[in-house]
Amino acid sequence: MNGSFTIPKFRLPAFVASLGQKLPQWPHALALVAGLNAALKMKLLPESELALLEDKLFRVRVLDTGGEASYTYANGLFRPVFRPQREPDLAFAANLSAYLQLLSRQEDPDTLFFSRELEITGDTELGLIVKNMLDAVEWPKFSARLPVFRH
Amino acid sequence: MTSLPDLVCPAGSLPALKAAVDNGADAVYLGFKNDTNARNFAGLNFDQKTMADGIRYAHAKGREILLAINTFPQAGRVADWHKAVDAAVDQGVDAIILADIGLLDYARNRHPQQRLHLSVQGSATSYEAINFCQREFDIRRAVLPRVLTLAQVENVIRNTTVEIEVFGFGSLCVMNEGRCWLSSYACGESPNTVGACSPAKYVKWDKKPGAMETRLNGVLIDRFGDDEPAGYPTLCKGRFEVQGETYYALEEPTSLNVLEILPEIIKIGVRAIKVEGRQRSPAYVTQVTRTLRAALDSLRDGSERFHVKPAWQAELAKVSEGSQATLGAYNRPWR
Repeated sequence: MNGSFTIPKFRLPAFVASLGQKLPQWPHALALVAGLNAALKMKLLPESELALLEDKLFRVRVLDTGGEASYTYANGLFRPVFRPQREPDLAFAANLSAYLQLLSRQEDPDTLFFSRELEITGDTELGLIVKNMLDAVEWPKFSARLPVFRH
Repeated sequence: MTSLPDLVCPAGSLPALKAAVDNGADAVYLGFKNDTNARNFAGLNFDQKTMADGIRYAHAKGREILLAINTFPQAGRVADWHKAVDAAVDQGVDAIILADIGLLDYARNRHPQQRLHLSVQGSATSYEAINFCQREFDIRRAVLPRVLTLAQVENVIRNTTVEIEVFGFGSLCVMNEGRCWLSSYACGESPNTVGACSPAKYVKWDKKPGAMETRLNGVLIDRFGDDEPAGYPTLCKGRFEVQGETYYALEEPTSLNVLEILPEIIKIGVRAIKVEGRQRSPAYVTQVTRTLRAALDSLRDGSERFHVKPAWQAELAKVSEGSQATLGAYNRPWR
């Protein structure tokens, strides 16, 4: 994931978002949850921090694709939530390029937050737990096989 | 050949530690997962196993691990801080960075061979204070608070045999180092007591039409327009109404960046340059370490022809708080 290839900052044209909002949202949620569960299966996420995510509702919104995914963590598994009945405990909003830069460890979330490219609302401490948990993961070299990196 | 100061970089996780080592840090500083260090944030820092892995990784590449135990022991719980010192020695860290005089005394008596550094939180700004800590606790190095001009740093170095470490890059605060209680004013907790400034559980970012509001324990401390850069949610970087005017009354969100004066810093005999940011991600550690390493290496053969590459400044400006940087106190005309 690292090294020679650099993900540039970009913003998809506005029509993509208006189109994206009309499409079903479940594929995003499924892909995200599959990736997170793959990481769980490989025991990459520390149990002490996972316990703090129990029953929390998360929402990831991709501003320039118009896509969003909600999910929760309970009983050792991440699950998609297709019709959230309440406001999420923690919500992220950013353009696609910012998420890709974060996932590839090319940019630091604080940097994107300072430049207003990443928005975090809800339970700030929960956000910090998630951020620090992902930062501490030693992604294996074959991480390209994880679904979360393929999408 | 000029001898270069050590580049001391931060790590809040094992991947960050490896990033620092791989990108040219001479030493990496860390903390335990508890309130014995001033970056006690949820999910951050090292347990026994990750620290052992990190030490092994750094030592295999000939780099040092420094451990920060830089908060002040709280009443009734002094044993927790003593245990942290003992654990650091057991782990085999190269040096322990301490702020509290009682802890320095404990560490020196209990572990006579252990290398000790005086933390920036120890707030020693004069050579008298530093020489006192050398005489009493045999400290090897002192990290200077970020309030001194370059001339004042030079004066300290001339009057002590203790190695001097200064900050080279990172987020700035009001720098009342080791004595700041501003965070407690809003939320009852501060770095010296619980190991965190403006702990996340008190922070709320509210998205409003055209603006984002930052609240600390319910107190509105800033409001950013959609295109305004943001900073950390601390009181010292809030905008306040003073005599009818609303502005950054204490300081703007900004980062320290010494690239421009790097040759002078080396010339006066600074022994180590520190990068702030144990709370940041491996990406930040990579970017800042890589940049400062390149700048330092370009000075290896004498500083006469040093010039700051625009690419270095761009890389550092990007990761800066509030997306802006300053030379801080170093080039202040007044003292």
